Amino acid sequence: MGYPHSHELEVGTILSRHFGDPKARDLNTWLTYGGYEGLKKALEMEPAEITTVVKDSGLRGRGGAGFPTGLKWTFMPQEQKGPHYLCCNADESEPGAFKDREILRWVPHLLIEGCLVAARAIHAEHVYIYVRGEYFPFTNILNDAVVQAYEAGYIGENILGSGWNCDLTVHIGAGAYIAGEETGLMSSLSGGRAEPRIKPPFPAQSGVFGSPTTVNNVETLAAVPMIVVNGSDWYRQWGTEKSPGTKLWCCSGNLERPGNYELELGVSLKDVIYEVCGGAPNGKKIKAVIPGGSSTALLTADELDVPSTYEGLQEAGSSLGTASPIVLDEDVNIVRAMRRIADFYAHESCGQCVQCREGTSWVAQILRRIEVGDGRLSDLDTLYDLCEQLTGRTICVLADSVVFPLRSSLDKFRGEYEALIGGRP
Amino acid sequence: MNETTSEAINLTIDGVEVTVPKGTTVLQAAERAGVVVPHYCYHPGIPSRPAQCRMCLVEIEGQPKLQPSCVLSATDGMSILTQSDTAKEARRSVIEFLLLNHPIDCPICDAAGQCMLQDYAFETHQLESRSHEAKLVLGRDRIADDILYFADRCILCTRCVRFMRDVAGDEALLVAQRGHKAYIDTFPGKDLENEFRGNIVDVCPVGALVHEDFLFKPRSWDMDSAPSVCPGCSNGCNIDIAVKENQIVRVKPRYNADVNGFWMCDHGRKHLVMANRGSRIDLPLIRRHGELEAVHWGEALEWLSTNLPEGGSGHAVVSAFDATESLAAVRALLGRIGIEGGGYRLSRGHEAELGGFPQLKLRAERAPNAAGAELFGFGETDGLPEVSDGDTLVVVGDRLADAPADYGEGAGFFLYIGSHLSDAARNATAILPATTFAEMEGTFVNHEGRVQRFHQALVPPGVARPTWMILRRLLGLGHGEVTMLEARDAFAVAASESGRLAGLNWDEVGLKGVNPGGTAAPVAK
Repeated sequence: MGYPHSHELEVGTILSRHFGDPKARDLNTWLTYGGYEGLKKALEMEPAEITTVVKDSGLRGRGGAGFPTGLKWTFMPQEQKGPHYLCCNADESEPGAFKDREILRWVPHLLIEGCLVAARAIHAEHVYIYVRGEYFPFTNILNDAVVQAYEAGYIGENILGSGWNCDLTVHIGAGAYIAGEETGLMSSLSGGRAEPRIKPPFPAQSGVFGSPTTVNNVETLAAVPMIVVNGSDWYRQWGTEKSPGTKLWCCSGNLERPGNYELELGVSLKDVIYEVCGGAPNGKKIKAVIPGGSSTALLTADELDVPSTYEGLQEAGSSLGTASPIVLDEDVNIVRAMRRIADFYAHESCGQCVQCREGTSWVAQILRRIEVGDGRLSDLDTLYDLCEQLTGRTICVLADSVVFPLRSSLDKFRGEYEALIGGRP
Repeated sequence: MNETTSEAINLTIDGVEVTVPKGTTVLQAAERAGVVVPHYCYHPGIPSRPAQCRMCLVEIEGQPKLQPSCVLSATDGMSILTQSDTAKEARRSVIEFLLLNHPIDCPICDAAGQCMLQDYAFETHQLESRSHEAKLVLGRDRIADDILYFADRCILCTRCVRFMRDVAGDEALLVAQRGHKAYIDTFPGKDLENEFRGNIVDVCPVGALVHEDFLFKPRSWDMDSAPSVCPGCSNGCNIDIAVKENQIVRVKPRYNADVNGFWMCDHGRKHLVMANRGSRIDLPLIRRHGELEAVHWGEALEWLSTNLPEGGSGHAVVSAFDATESLAAVRALLGRIGIEGGGYRLSRGHEAELGGFPQLKLRAERAPNAAGAELFGFGETDGLPEVSDGDTLVVVGDRLADAPADYGEGAGFFLYIGSHLSDAARNATAILPATTFAEMEGTFVNHEGRVQRFHQALVPPGVARPTWMILRRLLGLGHGEVTMLEARDAFAVAASESGRLAGLNWDEVGLKGVNPGGTAAPVAK
């Protein structure tokens, strides 16, 4: 039986090849699958060479922002004055996203290997994998793999006899969306509250414990070993010039075949929804898709024919984000869906910035009132105005995250709001 | 903290050109240009700057995104707009957000009239809310023995949390919960017991943290205030005394970079509010035919100048709570009547240092002017002098509160000058009503020899007068009638008689004090 669903459009090469195969969690089996070849090769390379390969591959950060990974690594100080750290961001908390979870639970050694290769590239002496608290069972799987890798000499002192040392610690968060923001993650990891802080200083200047730090997403790091083994041109055979490679999709909502699919970047979003996932079940029509996780602007069913690249979705007025489309069929109440999203962000706001602390919950309250039939038309003006106030005024982008879906729903589904309001001024 | 350097840069703030050292923040540069950028979380005395209140957002001309001026470094040629439409709208919306769940209970709030939220709410003309939602109620909490926390008024600027962490070095407060349900609390099982905790009330820009001593008492517009110096110990923290109906109702630290920064200790605050208590002497009393009899000043001083014995065995007790001017006058009087020496008693207590501002320390010597007393030849004594029958005894300022009730009974002549009438003081031959430091102007000399002026905060009871005024008048009787009415004159005389303070100018001492250099007379440890 294949891993929940598979599809011929899939490129199951890099990340998902061993999804659904519990034996892949074991180091010995993993080695027979070609595991740790990337690390072996990286140990023979100069750190700068590793960075160059990754830079040339065009790999972009898979946490949502799509920042070029190799470029990020070059921000680390060239002259090492103290410890450098690598943080692997496994605080996957965006509603709709469940790709890092699959990597953690099926191919933990792939992640460990990616971490080590990246650590070597940035001269890090310690890797921290920050896993969200809710991923407790998968953390156990990862921990077992870490223990095995330590015992076999893949982590620790004098790795594979190369003379290079690197430690790895798995850290479980206490469950906060905002711990996925890189400065919030570092604060949490350093023992503080998961609160983002103002930049500068950037993590590469002052990160975990005040030392230069790079924070990379799980999926990003998991792609690194194969890139190092096969080279940047090999990776660029998939995807587009600006968005090369493959991407692990997390498709959820009203779909015939929801789940994870590793697809080439650039396939049409429409194909992902209808071909790969089989469209909405029971012959229902699709009303809207939130393409990149709950913090992205929603697209109507008519707007899905866009290439699924960072630049393609941006042109369509949304964002690829974590490539986690949430599909809403014709029965879904858009106001209720937006209220649910706003509730989430109000609950997850760390509470530092006034706009986010008070604004997200105000938005949720207004939406709830409209949802239960107590709305007024002036509420829509207030919501539009709040979209302005919540954009670009805060330390991090959590407040902006509620604005993207909200504003697009107001623009595209105003009729649904007005129907619930029923003409009250 | 931004490090400033000597390199100068030029920028304009709302069209006003200003030159500042490189490394200055835009908010500080604006201050120099005379522009106040509203802010909550930034406090000049607290090193960390989270830039989280988002109130100080300003527009950099040519850039679309507003920036927090508290952390934004000023750069050469920058043009800052604090009054652009975007900047004003951003501030307006911050206030609107802050008021969403705020109880708007200004009529019963201690901070009303001195609240940064109230001020800006009026400034942005937000007298009505767009919100139709029910307010979230978080309630209130006793956050320390003497401090209450009104969570609904709290704007979560975290100044209190960061004062405790960054300045007091005692991480006793935290933000609990998150988002709009967040509030300030102590750690489970740990109380806020720090001896500098009162400062969290001062740094609170709204009415969320309130001293219980002050709760529901005066309205801020009903209070007068006078700059003064804390008499709680020898540190000499600069303070403002707030007064309502001639009672000290509150004490707040007054900024002095060299002495106490923005802070003071709780011992000082409590000590001063206690100053309202006790039974006061409000008329001169002289003993005739064995009975104390109230007389007017003229008669009392005439009588004293006739009857105060000169020569013979005598003792003097002064107080390290008295002003330098008074201590100088006492020394002059003792010289006239031939009493040498004399001393003061000093109570001592534990010490406590403010980690983030070590100049500020609750010092062991619990009196403000022991160094001033030393300047005029008074030394610290362990107890009160033994008084033999027929001796002359002069007690100035020391309340004799702990002296036996018959102390001084056998003295040939017992002159008592002070503010409070204890049992022992009732044995005096003459009792002259003196003011407390809060009822007069004068100077204290702190532990490091710094001379600092305090101003009059209260009206003295009855006809009480500053000791220096009483004694200079007495000394002048029959010797050219010196009438001294101003503290500046008394200071000039005292300075000329002291040696170390010679040449110091009253105006130069000003509100911040000066250290004339040289060695401060050491106070015995």
